[in-house]
Amino acid sequence: MSEQTLRQWLLSETPTSRRHARAAAFYKGWLSFRGNSMAMIGLGILIALLLIAAFAPLLSPYDPFVQDLGNRLKPLGTEGHILGTDSLGRDILSRLIHGSRITLYIVALVALIAPVAGLLIGTVAGFAGGWTDTILMRITDIFLAFPRLVLALAFVAALGAGIENAVLAISLTAWPPYARIARAETLTIRASDYISAIRLQGAGPLRIITKHIWPLCISSLIVRVTLDMAGIILAAAGLGFLGLGAQPPSPEWGAMISEGRRFILDHWWVATMPGLAIFTVSLAFNLLGDGLRDVLDPKDAGK
Amino acid sequence: MGSLRTLTSIAVTMLGLLFVTFIIGRVMPIDPVLAIVGERASQSTYDATYEALGLDKPLIVQFFIYVGDVLRGDFGISTLNSRPVSEDILRVFPATLELATLGVVFGVVLGVPLGVVAAVKRGTWIDQIARVVALIGYSMPIFWLGLIGLLIFYGILGWVGGPGRLDIFYVDIVPTITGMILVDAAIDGNWDVFRNAFSHLILPASLLGYYSLAYISRMTRSFMLEQLSAEYVTTARVKGMSEWDVVWRHAFRNIRVQLITVIALSYAGLLEGSVLTEIIFSWPGIGSYITTALLSADMNAVLGGTVVVGLIFILLNIFSDLLYKVFDPRAK
Amino acid sequence: MTAFSKLLSGAAIGLAVAVTGGTAFAETPANMLVIANRIDDITTLDPAQSFEFAGSDVVRNVYGKLVNFDATDLESGYGPDLAESWEVSEDGKTITFTMREGVTFHSGNPVTAEDAEFSLRRAVILNKTPAFILTQFGFTPENVEETIVADGNTLTITTDKRYATSFILNCLTATIGAIVDKKLVMENEVDGDMGNTWLSTNSAGSGPYQIQSWKPNESVTMTSNPDFYMGAPAMERVIVRHVQESASQRLLLERGDIDIARNLNPEDIAGIRDADGVVISEELKGRLMYASFNQKHPELSKPQVRQAMKYLIDYEGMRDSFLNGQYTIHQNFLPQTYLGSVKENPFTLDIEKAKALLQEAGVPEGLTIEAGVREAQERIEIAQTMQNAMAQVGITMNITVGTAAQILGRYRARELDMYLGAWGPDYPDPQTNAGTFAYNPDNSDEAGATGYLAWRNAWDTGGLSAQVDAAVTEGDTEKRAQMYRDIQADFRENSPFAIMFQQIEQSALRDNVKNFSTGQAITAAAYWEVTK
Repeated sequence: MSEQTLRQWLLSETPTSRRHARAAAFYKGWLSFRGNSMAMIGLGILIALLLIAAFAPLLSPYDPFVQDLGNRLKPLGTEGHILGTDSLGRDILSRLIHGSRITLYIVALVALIAPVAGLLIGTVAGFAGGWTDTILMRITDIFLAFPRLVLALAFVAALGAGIENAVLAISLTAWPPYARIARAETLTIRASDYISAIRLQGAGPLRIITKHIWPLCISSLIVRVTLDMAGIILAAAGLGFLGLGAQPPSPEWGAMISEGRRFILDHWWVATMPGLAIFTVSLAFNLLGDGLRDVLDPKDAGK
Repeated sequence: MGSLRTLTSIAVTMLGLLFVTFIIGRVMPIDPVLAIVGERASQSTYDATYEALGLDKPLIVQFFIYVGDVLRGDFGISTLNSRPVSEDILRVFPATLELATLGVVFGVVLGVPLGVVAAVKRGTWIDQIARVVALIGYSMPIFWLGLIGLLIFYGILGWVGGPGRLDIFYVDIVPTITGMILVDAAIDGNWDVFRNAFSHLILPASLLGYYSLAYISRMTRSFMLEQLSAEYVTTARVKGMSEWDVVWRHAFRNIRVQLITVIALSYAGLLEGSVLTEIIFSWPGIGSYITTALLSADMNAVLGGTVVVGLIFILLNIFSDLLYKVFDPRAK
Repeated sequence: MTAFSKLLSGAAIGLAVAVTGGTAFAETPANMLVIANRIDDITTLDPAQSFEFAGSDVVRNVYGKLVNFDATDLESGYGPDLAESWEVSEDGKTITFTMREGVTFHSGNPVTAEDAEFSLRRAVILNKTPAFILTQFGFTPENVEETIVADGNTLTITTDKRYATSFILNCLTATIGAIVDKKLVMENEVDGDMGNTWLSTNSAGSGPYQIQSWKPNESVTMTSNPDFYMGAPAMERVIVRHVQESASQRLLLERGDIDIARNLNPEDIAGIRDADGVVISEELKGRLMYASFNQKHPELSKPQVRQAMKYLIDYEGMRDSFLNGQYTIHQNFLPQTYLGSVKENPFTLDIEKAKALLQEAGVPEGLTIEAGVREAQERIEIAQTMQNAMAQVGITMNITVGTAAQILGRYRARELDMYLGAWGPDYPDPQTNAGTFAYNPDNSDEAGATGYLAWRNAWDTGGLSAQVDAAVTEGDTEKRAQMYRDIQADFRENSPFAIMFQQIEQSALRDNVKNFSTGQAITAAAYWEVTK
């Protein structure tokens, strides 16, 4: 199949099969997404991040852990250290490059755990109603009512400091809003005519939830997840800032900010560089999420 | 009946909250006794303190003793500063309330119109700018922004007050009534103190406000888009209604409830989530209070603080739930 | 900072400026002293319980003691305060103090021998953390009626055996030696707590200041005592304000909002050194930075390994970089300026020597140890520097960072392979450190002697315990000093403690502030001599 015909096949107005329809919808989504330049910038940054993380040892000019106390706090543009050196004379650029792995790791894990849990709980509660709803929402309320950082802190304090525990703690605090959003959406959708119609056609609750409610919830969840990504990275940094996240000498960006914030007045780049890295990645996630939202939101589609 | 159920649900949530906090506090590998007696204490001092804290009793007994005390309005004594936790909370909570309230006002006043305009002018440069403004706000590490802000606006330009709530010589001048210095100063009619407090408050509040602006404007835009694409809007337009009326009289009216939920969430988020801002600005609020207490295993303080923040959060939620029920026909 | 947020804050600040009219360089009032310090360690202001740095500062300015230091001449050692004079009995076990006449408490009550008796008995009976400073002389809640006795204008204390008089009097200069107002305290007693709850937030002293308010993690405000027996202090109000960040403290000082910044890091000190109107004062403090190695560990307990560790520390590198100006190399357990202190610092970073020692001990490849570190940046950096050096000899050192309560709990339970921490003397006598670093009469787990650092590291100090016991009872000062020098020579080479640095406190002051002292290595800060 040549490219031309593939394109025609994908843009066909009359799909020949379910798979064909789905592929066509996906392709059209991609086309509209591609037209959104800011989302493409976001995607570009994230792909670059992935590549940097994958080839970190090749890309970084120095070992991120090697110290040189005689060569510390060098400014930007120092020969051999483009982004300068930190308090122990380590190359900041190399640490940033290696830190990208940690950032991706945190983001991936939290994005897997929290929204899925929230979606599950929220839709089940909203759809089932009655006692199930009451109990699930009570649990959600308990977790939601917790000051987020305090819950995360308490958890890390209980489990021990470290990246994995920080991820768990953040996920634990992140799921309730998803559950509430999913429930609210479900409540609205549940009462709608077309759900009644599907119900009349004999669809079971599982089918209604997975095929009809989830797709409608996912759009708002994705906005929330991608917009939350920055918050998640910052929450991890916050834990590092309080000494409960990544342990030294890990080049986790948040920990690097908290190490460098002591020098902010005279050696501003030590905290600024990882700050900019976090900012760039968070922004990329936000841009991407925003673009995805326009594509994925079925309520918005076709306009 | 309805209010009884609401009350029961608050009680159940609070009890659950307390229980989870309590358990976490007890399984945490932080020794509350050591946090009090310190590194040098002899074993006999240690043992005496251990007993005085009631740690020798079974966990569940400790829990019920605690709940009983709370019901009588007694949050216990903070082990870290030897004074009643309730007194501490009365001192630190208004500081956070003041900061978060100003922050959320800032976020609403700027964020809602920004979101509405962005939705109406969808796809134009205005929308793009609104989008970038919000996304940047959402992507910025707040402690970094706080430090730089302090450096520039306090250190170099001297336009705002420094860390803390007041300059030293204004401390303890107006009587404490609400604990929110702006309000207290206004009640007292002492405008010097008011101005000084405001100059200290403005920078951290703007930072927090920027975050809440980002969230509120995005959600507003999203809700508005949904309304603007609805049939009744098209009908109204066809009928020749002015664009202003379509947007504000109809579409905006319909998102009020959703919007209030978002604002309530955002407010609650600022109330509990300003820990890092409080640390950078030496702001003696409840976030840093709970954090410090937690890391020193001062469990009475942690529990007391959590109860207060949790209660506020639950009340805000119930408030927005009620609005849903009253105003939104779809949720009936 | 983005252009937008600048604009945004700019707009907001424009508003602020409109109302404040802009603030120029501020200056604190002439009769008020404003200090930025970290005071989050204050848990109580009761002198029988207070044991942290910031709390000691407050107590020193609020309470008189039997004997005390002259704030402007710390070198001369202890001298009379509320006790005008004292006599030591023939057998050296009894000291009789004669009280100064005409001194009153802030309440107006006269300071009497009965108050002194009450204060010391109270400290022993309450048995709070610092109580060991008194109970080490054999005072117990049961015997205080006989051992601490007031009679008319005199107070007599009787110890269980002969101790060096200087040892006892040095201990009485500690925070716990503060004399409280018996009448006022007992009026505020609750449930037989001897006023402990009330005193934790109030004051009942006779010193130059009284506490106006203490807001935890915010500020301590003191007002002067115009009737102070040595004359009313020049500073009528002293405010110690909690400011966590060094950068914030520096900005406050540069802007003239405070008079003294006490927690500037080396970079901020360097940045502010040349600023107009700011001077830096340096005082050698008693605090030591050390690493210790658990002797329950099969490898770390080998003598060669203990030695090797001391060669794996880049003393000069750290002193000249991130510790610059705030720590000096010191490898002995008695801080400089203490009786019997020595200045021999034989160890330097020597990877080859360490390697050879480890090989000699037969340490296997891939040894991994866990180090507990408290979450203070300088300690974390010291730990990382050691980690870096250990990696060069094939030892993996994992760092666990935690709060004091987290890390100390494990240290006291003998669970950490390695601990990196600080130790400050409790009272200005060599016994304070000798009695914990080099003293461990029973090394068994059952002994539970968590107060001794040697025990926490499961180190049987051998003959050193007996030498410490002997030194503490030696009446001849020169002989006593020599005993401590001998103990340290042995300790330096053989102990599992790598003592690295002694602290230098750098305070930054507005240049009009005179006569401020943080108390050097022996006591706490004094405000009553300060002028502006």
